[in-house]
Parts: sequence; C-alpha cells; structure tokens
Amino acid sequence: MELLLILVLGLLYAGGIYMILRRSLVKLLLGIILLGNATNILIFVLGSLTKGKPPVIDADFKIFQDVYADPIPQALILTAIVISFALTAFAIVLLKRVYALVNSDDLDDLNTPEEEDI
Amino acid sequence: MLLTVLLGLILSIFLVPFGKFVKSKWSVLLTLVPGLIFVYYLFHISSVSEGSVFFQHTDWIPSLGINFDFKLDGLSLLFVLLISGVGTAIFFYALSYLKGHPFIDRFFGYLCLFMAAMMGVVLSDNILLLFVFWELTSISSFFLIGFNNDNQDSRKSALTALSITGIGGFFLLAGLILIGNVAGTFSFTELIDKRDVLINHNLYPAILGFVFLGAFTKSAQFPFHFWLPGAMKAPTPVSAYLHSATMVKAGIYLLARFFPILGGTDLWMYTLVGVGGFTMLYASIHSLFRVDLKGILAYSTISALGILTFLIGMGTKESIIAASVFVLVHALYKATLFLVTGIIDHETGTRDITVLSGLRKVLPPVFLASGLAALSSAGLPLTFGFIGKDLIYEATLHFEENWALILTILAVVTNTGLVVAGFLAGLKPFTGKLPQSFEKVHLPYKSMWIPPLILAVLGLVFGVLPGVTGNLLNHQAANAILGQETSMHLAIWHGSVNTVLILSLATLACGIFIYLSFKPSYSKLQFIEKFENLSPKHIFKGYAVDIFRFSTWYTNKLHNGYLRSYHLKIILFAEILLGYKLWISGPVSIDFSNLSTLSIYEVGVVLVLIGALFIVVTTPSRLTSVVSMSVIGYCICLIYVFYSAPDLAMTQFSIDTLSTVLFVLVLYKLPGFINFTGKAVLYRDGIVALGFGAILSLIALKVNNEPVVKEITEFYGENSYLLAKGKNVVNVILVDFRGIDTMFETVVLSIAAIGVYSLLRLRLKPTEKE
Amino acid sequence: MRSIILQTATKYLLPILLLFSVFLLLRGHYEPGGGFVGGLVASIAFVLHSFAFGTENTMKILRRKPMSLIPIGLGIAALSVIAPTFFGLPPMTGLWFEEPIPVIGMIGSSLFFDLGVYLVVIGVVLTILFTISLTED
Repeated sequence: MELLLILVLGLLYAGGIYMILRRSLVKLLLGIILLGNATNILIFVLGSLTKGKPPVIDADFKIFQDVYADPIPQALILTAIVISFALTAFAIVLLKRVYALVNSDDLDDLNTPEEEDI
Repeated sequence: MLLTVLLGLILSIFLVPFGKFVKSKWSVLLTLVPGLIFVYYLFHISSVSEGSVFFQHTDWIPSLGINFDFKLDGLSLLFVLLISGVGTAIFFYALSYLKGHPFIDRFFGYLCLFMAAMMGVVLSDNILLLFVFWELTSISSFFLIGFNNDNQDSRKSALTALSITGIGGFFLLAGLILIGNVAGTFSFTELIDKRDVLINHNLYPAILGFVFLGAFTKSAQFPFHFWLPGAMKAPTPVSAYLHSATMVKAGIYLLARFFPILGGTDLWMYTLVGVGGFTMLYASIHSLFRVDLKGILAYSTISALGILTFLIGMGTKESIIAASVFVLVHALYKATLFLVTGIIDHETGTRDITVLSGLRKVLPPVFLASGLAALSSAGLPLTFGFIGKDLIYEATLHFEENWALILTILAVVTNTGLVVAGFLAGLKPFTGKLPQSFEKVHLPYKSMWIPPLILAVLGLVFGVLPGVTGNLLNHQAANAILGQETSMHLAIWHGSVNTVLILSLATLACGIFIYLSFKPSYSKLQFIEKFENLSPKHIFKGYAVDIFRFSTWYTNKLHNGYLRSYHLKIILFAEILLGYKLWISGPVSIDFSNLSTLSIYEVGVVLVLIGALFIVVTTPSRLTSVVSMSVIGYCICLIYVFYSAPDLAMTQFSIDTLSTVLFVLVLYKLPGFINFTGKAVLYRDGIVALGFGAILSLIALKVNNEPVVKEITEFYGENSYLLAKGKNVVNVILVDFRGIDTMFETVVLSIAAIGVYSLLRLRLKPTEKE
Repeated sequence: MRSIILQTATKYLLPILLLFSVFLLLRGHYEPGGGFVGGLVASIAFVLHSFAFGTENTMKILRRKPMSLIPIGLGIAALSVIAPTFFGLPPMTGLWFEEPIPVIGMIGSSLFFDLGVYLVVIGVVLTILFTISLTED
C-alpha cells in the first residue's frame, strides 16, 4: 500500500505542477491545492503507515498497550490542512478581486508593461 | 567613544521626524554635535600626546568576533579631530549655504550619518567593524553626491562613485576576512603581533591586493580616480568635507593603519610608491587644464592623495612623519579652498576661472582666507604647507640611494603643479580687474566666510608654530603608524640653507612662473580631453555599458513577467538538483517485507482519486474541475481513515466541504477555461510535471526504506496522559505540547479572515476598473 | 436554492450538528475530535442554514457578526495560555480541576484552549464565506 500511496503522491505532484504551469488563475489555485494535498500525503507516508491503530490511548489505560500510528505527522498535517484552507480562501478572494478588476482569468493580462527606466 | 560615534547616527535618525527643526532658527544647535565631539577629543590631546591609548569594548556579535571595539591612539586622534573640527566648520557653512533648500533636513541627516560613519572608521579597533563603517561612508557619500537628485549628472556621478567605492569595499572585505582567517583575530591591536605570520603567508599578495583595492578606490588613486571629479556634483560643503578633507582620506587611513601589520615589504613599497607616484603626477598635470574651480580642486586633491599614498609606501620614518603632517596640511587648505569656491559659486553663479577675476574688491575676507590657503598649498615659508613640503622632500632625498633622485624629481614636478593649481583656484578669481557684472556681488552671511577664514588662519598658525601640532598630534600619529617611537622636530628654519630648502624655493619659483605664463582656457581643456578615450574612466564606462546590456538581456530572459515561465524555471532547477542528488545517492530498492497489506477498497479509492485528478487536469469546465477537486479531497480523507488518522479524516472532510462551497460561491459565474497553449507546450509541461512527480516519488521510496527514528513519537505516546491528562495524542500535541504553535495558527487564520473581509469590503472606484 | 426539503431538513439539522460539534470539542482530549474539527462542523451547520434560508437569515440567528467570534476565541485561548502564570507556573502548563464534572468529564485549561480554537475557527470560516456571499454582486 505504501507503493500505491507513493504513486498517488507522485501523480498529485505532477498534476499540481502541470496546473501551475498554465495561464489560468483558477488553474494556478487548483494546482497549489493539489501540491498541498500531495505534500500532506508525503508527510503521512513518511511517518510510516499503521492500519486500524489510531494514536488514542485505551480508556482503561494510561499508556499505550499496543503499536499505534505516529501522531506527529498527523498533528503536522492537521495544522497544514487548516492553514491551507485559510490560504485557499484568501487566494480565491484575491482571484475574485482580480477578475472584478481585469475581467479576465488569464495571467498574461495582468502583465502591465513596466516603464523603461535606468 | 561609542557615544561620540553613535551621536551622529542618532541625530540623523532624529532628523527624520523632526526635520522641520533644521529649517527653523534653532538649526544652529546642529553644529553643537560636531563641535562637542571636537571639544571632547581636544581634551584627550594631552594624554594621547604622552603616548597613552584608550580602549572601549562593547559586545555586538561576540560569536563572530565582531564587537564595538574602539581604540583612540595618535593616528585616530588626528583623524577624529580632523573630522569633527572640519565638520563643525562645514556644518556652520552648510546651514547658510543651503538656507531655504527644501531638503536641508535630509542633507543634514546624510551629513550626520557620514560623520558618524567616518568617526567609526577611524576609531574601530576591529577590522570588520571598520568595514561596516567604511561601507556606511560610501553609502552616505552616494546620497550626498546625488543630493540634487533631479539632476541626471548628479545621479550618474553618485552611481559611479558608489559602484567604484562599492567594488573596492567588496575587495576590502575579502582582504579583511583573509586577514582574520590567517591571523585568527580581527583586532588591529592583536594583528600587530601577527605581522610575521601575515607577511610570510602564501596569501599575503592576495591580502595586500584586496586591501589596496579598497584603499585605492576610496582614496581615488589611479586608475580609480575618476569618480572624484564626478563627485564634485555634490553641494560644495560636501565636496569640502567628504571629497577632500575626510572621506577620501579613509583609504590613506587604512593604509596607515595597516602599515605596521602588512607594510614594510617590497611588494608594499613598490605598489604604493608606483601607484601613488603616478597618481600624484598625473592628477597634478591634469589639474592645470581645468577651467572649473571645482575641477581644479578635485584633481589637486587626487594628486595630494597620491602624495600621501606615495609617502606611506616609502615607509621610512621621514616619509611617515611627512604623511602625518601632510594629511593635516592638505585638509586645512583644501577645505578652505572648497569653501571659498562655494562662496564664489553662491554669489556670482559661476565657477569658471576664465570668467572670474577681481573679486578681492567685493569679497575681501574671502580673499584673505583664499589667499592664505593658496599660499599654504604653494608652500610659502611661514605657512603650514611649507612644513609639509619640507618634510616630503626630506623623505624623498633620504630614501635609498638609487631611488632618491627619481622620487625627488617626481615630488618636485608634482608640487610645482600643485602650486599652480592652488594659485589658479585660490588667487586667480580674486586678482585682476573686476568685471562689471560682478560689481553687485556682496559678502554672504558671516557663518559662510568665517569657517574658511578660521581654517586658513589655522594653517598660518601651525606654519609659524609647527612645534605645537608636531608635538601634540603628529608625533603620536607617526608613532602609531610606525609602531615604534620616532623623534620629530618640526621647525620653520633648520638653521642652514640645505638642499630641501633650495628645492622648496625652486618649486615655488617654478610654480609662480608657470602660473604667470600659463592661462587655462577651453581650448586647452579640449586638448586634454582628447586623451579621454585612453582614460580609465572611458574603459570603465565601456564595461559598465556592456554589463548593463548583459544584465538587461539576462533579466529579460529570466524575468520576463510570465508567472508560468518563472514556475517552469524554478521547477526545472529543482528537478536538476534533486535528480542529481538522487543519481549520486545510488539505486532505489524496495523492501517488500515491511509494506502494509492492500485491500480492494484501498485500490478502489486510489483509482477514483487518480481518475479525478485526470479530470481536474484535463477538463475545460471550471465546475467539473472544482467538483473533481473535492472528489480528490474525499479520497484523501478515506486514505486517512484507512490508516488510523481519524482526526485528520474529519478535518479533511470538513475542510474539503467548505473549500468546495467556497469555490462554487466564487467561481460559478466565471466562464469556462480557454485553451491558450499549443500542443507542444502542453507536452513539455506534462513531461516536466511528471518528472517532478517521479523524483518526489523516488525520494519518498528511498526515505521509506530508511529506519524511522521514533524517539519523539514515543515521548508523546508515553507522556500524553501522564503529563497532559489526554488520551488522544494528536489533540494533546495540538493543544498542549505544541499549544503555542496552535495559538499562532489561529492568529494566522484570523489574519486570513480579516484579509478576506477587507479585500471584499474595499469599494472600487469606477476609475480603477479596467 | 430555496427548497422546502432543504429548509425543513436544516431546521432539524442545525441544532443536531451544533450539538455534535460541541460533542466533538469536548471529547477531543480523549477521543478523535477537538477544537478544529468541532469548529468546522459548527460552521458547516451554519453554512447549510445559509444555503437553505439565505445568508441574511443566518446572520439573524447568529445575532452578531461572525467576525466578533475571532477576538473572543483568541482571548479565551490566550487566557488559558497565560492563566498558569497566575499560579506561579510556566505558561501553557495544564491546569485541572480535581473532580470530574458530570457529562463533560475532566475540565482543564487545555479544554479552554480548545474552546478558543473552536470559536476562532467558526469566526474565520463564517467571516470568509458570509463576506463572499453577501458581496456577491
């Protein structure tokens, strides 16, 4: 299964990169989200996978009695997910704003020729 | 000492909010700053002249060996008094000179900054600290030269000066770091004991070369001299202060400081005598052909700097004594001449010596100051300049047998040129008939003509009583340079007519003869400008143009304004780096034994995910792509569920839902994607993207084969309940062990919300719409 | 998007979802859940309500601007961070009541921290979404 996830994260990275190479602002945003997801999975896979053993101590005990999934990558990813939502929200509003101003989704339309100056 | 250095810096910051103060009548208080510093150091003269040295240490970056180490010895004291003393005169002068200028507050801010930096240079005992202040002088000089920033020539000159001194500073830093590495210390005091280590080291020529480049660029030695005439675009007080009396002497100071550490070798001597000698001759001849007062003064300054370099290069006792005296001599008369030039320019509106004449009738006190300075520069007996010239000849005459004659001739020719230049600048505008157009010229404020007069009179006083300054200042300065005791007896009259005196008088006579028979004119200026093509300035400009063209081309290639092309370059670069690293780290092997098991559900989820990803990448519809994105999110959520991360699964689920809502809210009105790009580009991007994905996958595979360190995990696992009374370890990490992180995460979230809110509530004016 | 079915369902779903979010918040220390998830579920509940009845009506239910929840949440979290310093302990030390309280269980300063996070998350999500939907045109 690790192999499968590694394949998935590679594809997610590839998809994300492909999307940020496009001209459309929306695609750029989607690409960034894809890259975020890919990174989450990367961290998750590198923390070694454990099936069916969440990092929660049994109600009757004070310490773990059994193997358990690594809680650190989970804590990291949880933070990352929430933050990436904030990023997405801000970016998408920015996009909306740009669209209202330029009336275009094309990144090239945002290029204004800079003044030639020494 | 630290305070005296910081005072200027503080004042210059202070002027930012309280700039209006300079425009008020209380602005005279500004001159208190250099004045007080001057007085403060005057009180140190008596103890320093008896040979005591003051230290002050304040930690700055102890781990790097950079500290505020200040040292006051004879050499530093000479320069500090010069900086603060001339500074006081200049401050007074500039207040009237720039009266009513809209940016006078800015001007004084730069000037204070410069003064502080210069004090720092001459007081630092740490070579890196010296470098920091050194660069600050370059920067403040840049702003001062370009002070008239609406004038294109000013801006260009400022840029030239900054790039030349900046390049020099760059080399200097390299040299200083080499010195630190070789000697193991950054302190001047300790470096003196490491002299043998340094001059016998393989890197000695490189160190010397770098330090010399720093000093030569700063002190305008050939072939880097050309920034100095350009720097005369600055307001005249600046030229007087920075570009004749103090800043350009920083290079000389550096050479003098390093003399006991690096000096005394053949390499040292030949380089400095060669460069200094050539510079002084070249500039002294050039100065005769100028018609602009400031141009004459600029070239004669370069020539004087050449003399100083030359003297330090010779490295005999006599030459060092001569240098320590000549620094003071030159500062006094050159600052005076500059200030006088400023008055002339201010009152008549021209600096052209072919036009100016007869001004003595309308500006008598200015004429007095100017005349005294010119005579001092000519080295007339009873002026300080005479003493200086005497010492120079003494130094050249007593040099090694086979060199003495050549060097003496060189010195005589140079000095003759300087005599003429001094007369041209100091006497010519005042003698002759007063043209009608200048009859209405009147004296400026007292605060403008008194400072040059004081400086000029000081030159006379020191000339009559050379013993005073000799004992109090120059003696210890020479000691500090040589690192050993010297005997110094400055006197006007040595008791007999000797070769030195004859040479002095001969120089004077020649100078006067040339001055009377030679009239500067535009045709002569044009004649000498024909040689411009060969001058270093021209070559440098050519290089500058080429570099500019190259960087334009390069910038346009790399920085073309298309976001995707930036992305492409960054990613390609990352791929090359990572790929290379992967390649040299050996093959990837897969250890099938410790992989977790695979069920049909998981395969199904992954297949759905890949399918959705494919749709996102290829679909022409926005809505489809957004929906597919949410499918990807839910699939990832399921993956978290399979692999024991319930918290993650729940969070991913909620976030995914909300993100989709967000997208739909904003995007459902926008039109579909248009396919802008051609097939070839699509393939190229596809290959780049797949390559990146493959590299990341390979890295993940490799890491997955490495043993995982579980120490931290075990800590959290064992202590989660015992220390934090929680059983859900992920949550305990978030709210307890790493609670501060979470706290700031919520702050980031709040900032995003406020950002969104303000972005959307911001009303567009109709004009802002495109 | 005013459908009767959605409106009727939402009437019942809103309290249930809110209750569920509080449940997630409270049990977060012992079982999967916590402030982030709780806050997200609560915001989803309000977003659902705004779909069914319109954002203006949801704002009426909330009675106040969602943005005002942000400082309240940050304040509660910050207080729980510095509270231990009043007892002479380093900041962020967990403080706990001696006896468990019925239904809720053990109460400690980390629960208040989570509560702060919960409120901030609701405030942030609703501010973003409602600002967007209210400035649609």
